[in-house]
Amino acid sequence: MRHLPLAIACLALNATFALAEIAVPMVYLEQEIEHPPTLSNLDTRPSDLGQAGAMLALKDNLTTGTFMGHKYQMETIKVPIGGDLVGAAEEALATSSFVILNAPAADVLRIADLDSAQPALLFNTSSSDMALRDDACRSNVLHTLPSDLMRSDALMQFARAKRWDKLALIAGTHNTDIAFAEALKKSAAKFGMSMSAEKTWAFDADMRRNAAQEVPLFTQELGKHDLLLIADEIGDFGRYIAYNTWLPRPVAGSEGLVPVAWAPVVEQWGAAQLQSRFNDLAQRSMRPQDYAAWAAVRTIGEAVTRTGSNDPEVLRAYILSENFELAGFKGRPLSYRDWNGQLRQPIPLVTDRALAAQAPMEGYLHQRNELDTLGLDAPESSCTAFD
Amino acid sequence: MQRLIPFVTALAFASPAISAEIWVTNEKDDTVSVIDIATLEVIRTIETGERPRGITFSKDFSKVYICASDSDTVQVMDPVTGNILHELPSGEDPEQFVLHPNDRHLYIANEDDAVTTVVDTETRSVIAQINVGIEPEGMAVSPDGKIAITTSETTNMAHWIDTETRELFANTLVDSRPRHAEFTAGGSELWVSSEIGGTISVFDTASQAEKGKISFKVKGVHPDRVQPVGFEFTDDEKTAFVALGPSNHVAAVNAETLEVEDYILVGRRVWHMAFSPDKSLLFTTNGVSGDVTVIDVAKREAIKSIKVGRFPWGAALRP
Repeated sequence: MRHLPLAIACLALNATFALAEIAVPMVYLEQEIEHPPTLSNLDTRPSDLGQAGAMLALKDNLTTGTFMGHKYQMETIKVPIGGDLVGAAEEALATSSFVILNAPAADVLRIADLDSAQPALLFNTSSSDMALRDDACRSNVLHTLPSDLMRSDALMQFARAKRWDKLALIAGTHNTDIAFAEALKKSAAKFGMSMSAEKTWAFDADMRRNAAQEVPLFTQELGKHDLLLIADEIGDFGRYIAYNTWLPRPVAGSEGLVPVAWAPVVEQWGAAQLQSRFNDLAQRSMRPQDYAAWAAVRTIGEAVTRTGSNDPEVLRAYILSENFELAGFKGRPLSYRDWNGQLRQPIPLVTDRALAAQAPMEGYLHQRNELDTLGLDAPESSCTAFD
Repeated sequence: MQRLIPFVTALAFASPAISAEIWVTNEKDDTVSVIDIATLEVIRTIETGERPRGITFSKDFSKVYICASDSDTVQVMDPVTGNILHELPSGEDPEQFVLHPNDRHLYIANEDDAVTTVVDTETRSVIAQINVGIEPEGMAVSPDGKIAITTSETTNMAHWIDTETRELFANTLVDSRPRHAEFTAGGSELWVSSEIGGTISVFDTASQAEKGKISFKVKGVHPDRVQPVGFEFTDDEKTAFVALGPSNHVAAVNAETLEVEDYILVGRRVWHMAFSPDKSLLFTTNGVSGDVTVIDVAKREAIKSIKVGRFPWGAALRP
């Protein structure tokens, strides 16, 4: 009997701990951008691209939060083209230390460099820009979308495993095309393959009507190659290349076999569940940017759950530590590179209909983590903000 | 008397000898493969609903319950004829379940719905739905029937359900993607495997406090690919056999010291398992290679692979 008060006290303490309420306000901040015109009208761009992924992760976090006494909230701010992004960011940072960014690289930097952003934790979920993970990195920015180089490394590991060593490249003229083409070339060199020919796609003609006449001649000049790479990140001409090439060759890169953060055809490792939850929520399939935003919000949730804290400094330290792991439905725990804040993750190589392979390919070993064979490794990165 | 009925019926089907069987659900074939333990061969293949996963027998083995996940139902099959007797309302996307010691209540994890459904198999009605974490999967019930457990894969918790009030009374965090839960036979411990975390957490049932954690290390396999899923205890409870997913190994764990004693190479992406009646043989389902590995428990080595359907998932003993 004498022990009873103590027991009750313990119980009460337990209950208090379990219900220690923590508020975790987050902001999803999007800078709307102009999208260049493309030849085909077949692709639609969902207005909630990225945002829907963040919403799904918010729901996931909220469910966990009900058992932990953690209250997650997310406000969405969309800044129109020409709007006051910095003003919106200041407003967001006044209410929240956790900002999910859907904005071009230059805008990510503008926000990251604000005084009010210094104690905050920002997530880049939309830019694959290399510099953001390299010399332009910021200690308050984590990246959940894979970099261009992670994607190109994934594809080159696959090509190397197939012994498709002779490569040809057709690149578009848009900035993102050029960046991806650069990454492809860098990866080819990294894995010991040669780029035997390169051409730039600068046609004015409407390929919807004459791809069958133009593409064979255009690709004839590429000479001998095993694999034809396409850098057409805006989805302009790439779709007209396959089956119209001079030589019968597989097509990969932005078209054909595509290295991605996520695709509707990813179904292993419990991914089918994530896909169906996303479809129920958004009434469309999940895309790479949705996945990146989902991973960002889930990262916050996972870190809050494990640390019981909403202090951005505590969470950042935990997220960058070896203890952090995110179950990301890609068969391996996901974690962050503590030299540049990039989320390390497997890269699915997909066609429209199936997953062909998932990088890292077997045999690509690494002293720390096989996932670090994709993208900028610690010795290659000139990021010093994380030191 | 009850046991006699299937016996007589089986005779009518002219099977030469009544031997124990392992029933394996084939997730991507919509079938069950029945393995004869005496011959170690598949003797029957029975059609089920879509995407069969969890499988368990009633206490008298007169009925077999099968989670037909994509048909959103639990099928009740006559194991002798292979006919579906009826279906139970299960909630959406039932993945795993556990039969309460009262032989009557099924506790079902509804993977897409973040709900645990309790179904009365006699009245064939849902008697409770309990909100749990995202993607509930692992299910267990304590030997005394007082506690049911659901693990949620995305919330990363074991949810403790009071089977009388059918309410949660505790939620305990585990490592990433908990897949399977089992009480020890005495009920004093609860074990939960975490696939992505790569660990098994051992809880003291009385206090729900974590009392230990098991880690695995398979030679030549990256730690990320060592992913514990299903596990079973030997009768003396001195050893737990743990399926380690894509590492293609089963670990033999000393249940007292929580140390791994052996790793046994099996088929690809080993998933769940079931023992023979005397627990001398262990049958593991290997999802990717589409086969079942038979392990000699005493020698701790694989003695045979048996081809079954595509993506074998669950396994259950029919003695």
